[in-house]
Amino acid sequence: MPDPREDRLQLQADVLVIGGGPAAAWAAWAAASKGQRTVLVDKGYMGASGACAASGNSLLNPPPKDREAILKARHRTGQYLGDLRWMDRIFEATWRSLPLVEAWGYQFPQVDGESARESFWGPEYLKVLRKALLKAGVQVLDHSPALQLLLDADGAVAGAQGLQRQAGGRAWQVKAKAVVLAAGGAAWLSKVLGCNTNTGDALLMAAEAGGELLGMEFSSQYAISSALNATVTRGVPFAWASYSDEAGRPLTGKDGGRFGTPELAAALLKGPVYAQLDKASHQVRQVIESSHFITFYPLEKAGIDPYGQRFPVTLVAEGTVRGTGGIRLTDDECATGIPGLYAAGDSAQRVLLGGASSAGGGPSAAWCIASGQWAGGGAAEYARSLSEASFDRPVRQAGRAGLTAEAGHAGSFDPDDVVRRLQAEVLPYDKNLFRHEEGLKASIRAVDGLWQELKGVPAVNGHRGVLRAREAAALTATARWMFRSALERRESRGMHIRTDFPATDPAQRVHLISGGLDQPWVRREPVLDAEPAGVGR
Amino acid sequence: MIELVSEDRCIGCDLCVQVCPTNVYDPGHGGRPAIARQQDCQTCFMCEAYCPSDALYVAPESDRSLPVDEAALVAAGKLGRYREILGWGPGRQPNSRTDAGYLLHTLDRFRSLAGPGAGGPPDPSRP
Repeated sequence: MPDPREDRLQLQADVLVIGGGPAAAWAAWAAASKGQRTVLVDKGYMGASGACAASGNSLLNPPPKDREAILKARHRTGQYLGDLRWMDRIFEATWRSLPLVEAWGYQFPQVDGESARESFWGPEYLKVLRKALLKAGVQVLDHSPALQLLLDADGAVAGAQGLQRQAGGRAWQVKAKAVVLAAGGAAWLSKVLGCNTNTGDALLMAAEAGGELLGMEFSSQYAISSALNATVTRGVPFAWASYSDEAGRPLTGKDGGRFGTPELAAALLKGPVYAQLDKASHQVRQVIESSHFITFYPLEKAGIDPYGQRFPVTLVAEGTVRGTGGIRLTDDECATGIPGLYAAGDSAQRVLLGGASSAGGGPSAAWCIASGQWAGGGAAEYARSLSEASFDRPVRQAGRAGLTAEAGHAGSFDPDDVVRRLQAEVLPYDKNLFRHEEGLKASIRAVDGLWQELKGVPAVNGHRGVLRAREAAALTATARWMFRSALERRESRGMHIRTDFPATDPAQRVHLISGGLDQPWVRREPVLDAEPAGVGR
Repeated sequence: MIELVSEDRCIGCDLCVQVCPTNVYDPGHGGRPAIARQQDCQTCFMCEAYCPSDALYVAPESDRSLPVDEAALVAAGKLGRYREILGWGPGRQPNSRTDAGYLLHTLDRFRSLAGPGAGGPPDPSRP
């Protein structure tokens, strides 16, 4: 822990929101607009942090008349692990909320005198959201990562503590009646799309408070990027790509079919792969360049003409960010089962939206708008049920790994070294994209070993060391839940590919719940809705 | 990765220090901010978007540091380019108005990749 010095920043809030992307913004706005004193803390800068700010999104916002068909299509895509009722309410909430974004100043394109609200430019969207929050009276603390939750005697969440990394590591404490976790998912510090702030912190904090995870096996999403700038994973422009190997031989999928992620991964395991967007017509170029400028910007910098020349590509791991695993939700207000604790955005599970397949991009943009408001609204209602005396509750710190010393553990650990060894398990395609029992067991042994190294040993090297240690602990915990869930699901479904169980097994249309820190566990839970026709493939 | 804070252009506002989500810079306190933790740069270009004097250059290479030639970058119009794309800065209008993303679903290949109504980036792991 940072030394709780005299100058510690101490605040009280009805609702504390942890995170700084769209879900956090919508949560804070919802709480503040219900008259609640709201504080938002972000690891980075609310407006520049996370996946959306750095890229933008399509926005799945179907008009009500088209909604049912799209729900059904998404349910099929998610291999029937999603939830039609949740999908419907997500799209309804998004449809109703977007005029607000426009009122706050976002300029959507105009088509025949109407706004086309089907995509966001990330930097612009987040800038508009920040302005709206400040206007609504939300207190925003940038560069103030949360390190741990505070719990009261009954185990209810009563606030959080962290540090201010641009104020010499000054400690902060916010006592709060309710807390929303909206700090993103876990992207393994792979540098993907502005996600190096998203290190699974919320998942670890929720688990330390007794919360559970769902769908952690669906954390193996990888996406294509140019190799020289292995960060921008926008798949859409590559719909018009041809692929080739080092010698210039064309690469295609099976029987001349599509060259998708598994085919690309298999080819990359053999050698360099090149892409060229030579199938894009002039009209297509105009659309993809304006909607996906962030794909073309680094190529332009490097002097690459993606239509006229081939350029090396790679696959970048996106972890839970474009996966669907995350904190389990227990009701329609995005509660977590821990009194006073709510979750939104990529911190929460998105299986109910994407099932076994990625909910990234357009669906996620809708999810952040909807889940943010539900979590913020739920937290506000909960806060209203507590008196001001709740700020005087005795509290205890919930954080352990990377923060506290335990008997029997000595020395120190180097968080950067732990992260490097963790990445050696979670990033390789032949370990985490193509999964099989022996490999998963070996990875579990490796990440369990990392946990033993870091637990019970406080980090050293000042506030940067403390923050890095917590990030290493959160990523390691996330990997332990992921690999165990992946071992438990003995089939292939969506992004979860088991080379030893290549088929989808209708009998395994179940959810996998996971949790636990020193002793991680996984259990099965039935999918509640009636089994739809055509289950499986 | 971030490679350049132009001495000629920087006005010492420290806005890059404030907006960098991974805390790469140390404040210049009126002078030029320092690239203090280049290894933490995730190549997200957000600092370029916010720099009011077009003083920053983030090289596209995300995994290695390469020297850059400021004069050549200026000559090629590469400083301030992100703000030009976004339509940020005095006398500009946000270019989000020109986003043709709403036309994506009219394009055959997008539809075939993303699935009906998927609306997001394709998930190539799906058949």
